[in-house]
Amino acid sequence: MASESKKVQSKVQTARRLRDAVELLVKNIFFLCGFVAVASVLFISVYLVISGLPAMLEIGVTDFLLGDTWDGKNGVYGILPFILTSLAGTAGAVVLGVPMGVLTAMFLAKVAGNRVAAVIRSAVALLAGIPSVVYGLVGMVVLVPAIQKAFHLSSGACLLAAIVVLTVMILPSIINVAETALRAVPKEYEEASLALGATHTETIFRVSLPAARSGVATAIVLGVGRAIGEAMAIIMVSGNVANMPGSLFTPVRFLTTAIASEMNYATVGSLWRQSLFSIALVLFLFIMLINVALNVFIKNKKEG
Amino acid sequence: MNAILKTEHLNLWYGQNHALKDINLEMPQNQVTALIGPSGCGKSTFLKTLDRMNDLVPSVRIEGKVMYRDQNIFDPQVDVTWLRRHVGMVFQKPNPFPMSIYDNIAYGPRTHGIRGKKQLDEIVEKSLQGAAIWDEVKDRLKKSALSLSGGQQQRICIARAMAVEPDVLLMDEATSALDPISTSKIEDLIAELKKTYTIVIVTHNMQQATRVSDRCAFFLHGELVEADDTEKLFSVPKDKRTEDYITGRFG
Repeated sequence: MASESKKVQSKVQTARRLRDAVELLVKNIFFLCGFVAVASVLFISVYLVISGLPAMLEIGVTDFLLGDTWDGKNGVYGILPFILTSLAGTAGAVVLGVPMGVLTAMFLAKVAGNRVAAVIRSAVALLAGIPSVVYGLVGMVVLVPAIQKAFHLSSGACLLAAIVVLTVMILPSIINVAETALRAVPKEYEEASLALGATHTETIFRVSLPAARSGVATAIVLGVGRAIGEAMAIIMVSGNVANMPGSLFTPVRFLTTAIASEMNYATVGSLWRQSLFSIALVLFLFIMLINVALNVFIKNKKEG
Repeated sequence: MNAILKTEHLNLWYGQNHALKDINLEMPQNQVTALIGPSGCGKSTFLKTLDRMNDLVPSVRIEGKVMYRDQNIFDPQVDVTWLRRHVGMVFQKPNPFPMSIYDNIAYGPRTHGIRGKKQLDEIVEKSLQGAAIWDEVKDRLKKSALSLSGGQQQRICIARAMAVEPDVLLMDEATSALDPISTSKIEDLIAELKKTYTIVIVTHNMQQATRVSDRCAFFLHGELVEADDTEKLFSVPKDKRTEDYITGRFG
């Protein structure tokens, strides 16, 4: 009898040990998966600094960042045109895309009937899923000739074309995030406003939108991040010439497209190639800045 | 007795559910009318019908009349924003906007076109004084209204409703989310407010009904069972069901 119960006991113990081992294993797998993301970010950051900094120092930080001429082949490395183009392109996309996106979100969250909203929402989801090269292609075939004709230009590939493409590309993220924020506004606020004799429209603009402002700000920052990081779509419509963005009709080159278009030509180990890494570093810093801003907004949101 | 609000054969359906059945009730000027009855009896629905907040509910259907100063509020030519401006509402849960105390009170007047800083300042002060909360908040008008306690928030909501100078104040269980001290403050306030306003309150608390109301209406299963002077209704109810309810035999 006694040996019998011992046997049972040892069986139970074995089962428990096995269970604990599985628990530990699963825990470690989770950790490993999380670690991959962290490690990638760390690796990319360190790699960009190591490979981007030397060229920047050799060229001179001010000459590099503020130099207004870029001629990689002949050893002139000023990336101010790229920086300004990226800023102008992003700003243009935000100026056009934010009102459009936020108004769409307001329509979806507060005005549209269920059926209409469902149609628009699935269209927006599709828009988000279209590969950026397709945006570029359609932009190149449809938008660029249209701009050329409309404004009587020698070529329609210019800053304006890139802005239009970017605007459409950032719409889905703005709409989705802003709509979620607007939906989260407690119904009680809106009822209180209506009960005071405000109209539906007044209520949406003066109560719902302000109440959702941190979410809407998050949406805008996400849009900025998307716009400044985009390369493929705009390389095909922006003309890809290292000009200062003097007007909406100037053919221009962005930080992203500068890297993408020259990486294949620059000889390995040359200053030219290294300076492309420096551009990537600058772009990376911009993205980091946007992420910090995003975190600030999200933190504010949590605090009320 | 001058009835400022009056319903005539008011019927209301939510889809198939007949929620209000042929309600005829008068709410006299400068008096407090209390609506009592068990949960789901239709008293809140009735209250929300008086300023057409039920319009927001899909599938709602209303027949009969609600007369506000001899004007049927369901008349197509009646502007619902005009109605709600004159018939204000305070909700069960304090719901100040997530803005400063000042902006909360100024919201209504601004909506109705008042922009002058001085004029707004005056309205804000007057409304907050009227709601007996001026002394507590006058030094922090720019602070968020959400930083106040529940009882203070509810008085902010009352002040906000008063800022558009309504005729009638509807209060939907306005003290049920509050502690006893805040509740008694608001009850005192109601007694003060009825000098200026006509007040209709919904309450679950029968002591409250006896304390603050002049007239009392007992609702049951969507019907108005009995309406009378509060004193009479509580001392000599005409209907057996009223008597059962107020003596706590059900509900």
